[in-house]
Amino acid sequence: MPSARVERKPKMLKFILKRLALGVLVILGVVIVTFIMTRVVPSNPAAQWVGPRATPEQIQAAKRELGLDQPLYIQLGIYIKNLFTGNLGKSLKTHQPVIEELKNYLPATIELVLLSTVIAALIGLPLGVISAKKKDRWLDHFSRFFSVGAVSLPTFWVGLFLQLIFYRWLGVLPLGGELSTNIKLFYQVPHVTGFLLLDSLITGNMVIFKDALLHFILPGITVALYPIGLVARMTRSALLEILGEDYIRAARSYGLPESTVLWSYALKNSLGPTITVLTLSIGYTLTNTFLIEAIFSWPGIGSYIATSILSLDYPAIMGVTIFAALAYVVLNLIADIIIALDPRVRL
Amino acid sequence: MTELLKIENLKVNFRTFEGVTNVLNLESLSVAKGESFGLVGESGAGKTTLAYTILKLLPIPPAFVESGVINFEGENLLKKSEGEMQKIRGKKVSMIFQDPMSTLNPVFTTGQQITRVLQHNQGLHKAQAKKRAVELMNLVKLPDPENILSKYPHELSGGQRQRIIIALAFSCGAQFLIADEPTRNLDVTIQAGVLQLIAELIRETNVTVLFIGNNLELVSLICDRVGILHRGQLVELGSIKEVAKHPAHPYTLTLLRAIPKEKREKIDLTQIALKAEERLAEKGCRYAGRCLKKEKICLEEEPALKHIGGTHYIACHL
Repeated sequence: MPSARVERKPKMLKFILKRLALGVLVILGVVIVTFIMTRVVPSNPAAQWVGPRATPEQIQAAKRELGLDQPLYIQLGIYIKNLFTGNLGKSLKTHQPVIEELKNYLPATIELVLLSTVIAALIGLPLGVISAKKKDRWLDHFSRFFSVGAVSLPTFWVGLFLQLIFYRWLGVLPLGGELSTNIKLFYQVPHVTGFLLLDSLITGNMVIFKDALLHFILPGITVALYPIGLVARMTRSALLEILGEDYIRAARSYGLPESTVLWSYALKNSLGPTITVLTLSIGYTLTNTFLIEAIFSWPGIGSYIATSILSLDYPAIMGVTIFAALAYVVLNLIADIIIALDPRVRL
Repeated sequence: MTELLKIENLKVNFRTFEGVTNVLNLESLSVAKGESFGLVGESGAGKTTLAYTILKLLPIPPAFVESGVINFEGENLLKKSEGEMQKIRGKKVSMIFQDPMSTLNPVFTTGQQITRVLQHNQGLHKAQAKKRAVELMNLVKLPDPENILSKYPHELSGGQRQRIIIALAFSCGAQFLIADEPTRNLDVTIQAGVLQLIAELIRETNVTVLFIGNNLELVSLICDRVGILHRGQLVELGSIKEVAKHPAHPYTLTLLRAIPKEKREKIDLTQIALKAEERLAEKGCRYAGRCLKKEKICLEEEPALKHIGGTHYIACHL
């Protein structure tokens, strides 16, 4: 029975490898362009490194120490060489290795964005399906109104509004942060993967898990709102087209229940566009959570990106840019693989 | 003979931007148990609309049933709820669709699609359903069943797909089969084989058939009785012999003349080529606009079906 799929497997592997090789090229390109751009902007990294009260001799020494006296192409070569060993250089401001700082800030953001996106998919998909099924009925109107609102409301406004309702008026949810201060003081916060919710769950620390979950709700909703609207709208329009197809009418003529027709026969055909926009939205959100993180004092990458750009801290800028490029490459690869699961797609 | 399907005063309309158009207006039509009834007419005559109306698969809106009764085993299908229809579709009434290219779901293997229908309609377990699917492939004479069942629709030819669709139609022991131009989108070389297969299966299973086609000679290979449909109305009704040998309605004559034949040097398309008017006339015969024999009465009064001998009826003033 599985002959068709057996033939497909090696093709799929080749397809993934090809895409990965292309991804490496993309990242290399991003590294070169960003490196040159951050370095041609008038700034003095050596002076930044030694601080505001340094003497000209100290600045000269720092220049030599950082390799800034070399020609730009040699600097780039050294940077790329270091990149392969996982060395992203040291931040000009904090003198800490950029890779360590990324490891510090990234998990909170990744956890926030990924979990919110999963929630968005779990809410947006059914919303879109029901909306398509009940086209032009009140449920559809509500869902469309909600989707348009979710996509067009500015996130910082939504965040502030949620704080106003749930913290100020109702007093049921915390204002911000990842954990309450007293929890941080009295409990040993587990650190396994860096993802707080996951870590506290793994170590079975339910007090921390519950507190972290409460803190997650408001920023989570704020981040999830946009993809919910996006997914609901994409699913609705894709599904409406599919529901008019002959094979859907045929499936009904065989006496299959409407639930099977809708949630299996039709939905599987309409997932392609939804998955593409969803993965792109993850990539976008990962690097654009600055406002949400600022409002909810979320210890993520957002403020790190902002301060490093404002202070022209070029190793840090390079670090976050490479991360963003990497995220897009990986997410696109995932989207392509999921779409390639459609048997009609030629690999 | 008992009647399995009896249609009375069925009126189906489509709501368009230009207003309501009547696409089906059947005063009376019945199909006896075990009979093969053919329905012939040009594109747009309302044949497929009738098939969808029986199964309640019409797209509503724009379509809507204005009035009428469709009795199946003595029960009016038009009064059935969606849930009740689900128990009738596939199990009692099944359908073969005209376009094998778009009738199978492109993202499931043919095996998955067949076993799912079997599991749902007959309550079979997965293994049983798979075994039954292989039997069905043998039934429709597809060689190497296991391989065919593992394939996605786009990996199969039109003829193979149509055989799978036929297998699906015969999979759950339906007593009434609607075959909607099953050979329309197939190569001429494949048409004969598929038609022969359908004829054999009909004979073996003794199923009652509503066979839809636009070629009277093709329909006569399968059917005992035939009705000619023109713009939603029956214009001629009778046994195959009566209609094919002694066509009485001017429209039937033009239909027969439009079939290309080897010996005939010139095909007479003069009459069929006359385009039907976009809008239905307020009164009179619906065929009058294209009829070469029309008289004054044709434009004023709508003809009713009248008996002209044997089981032969026509709706014509002349």
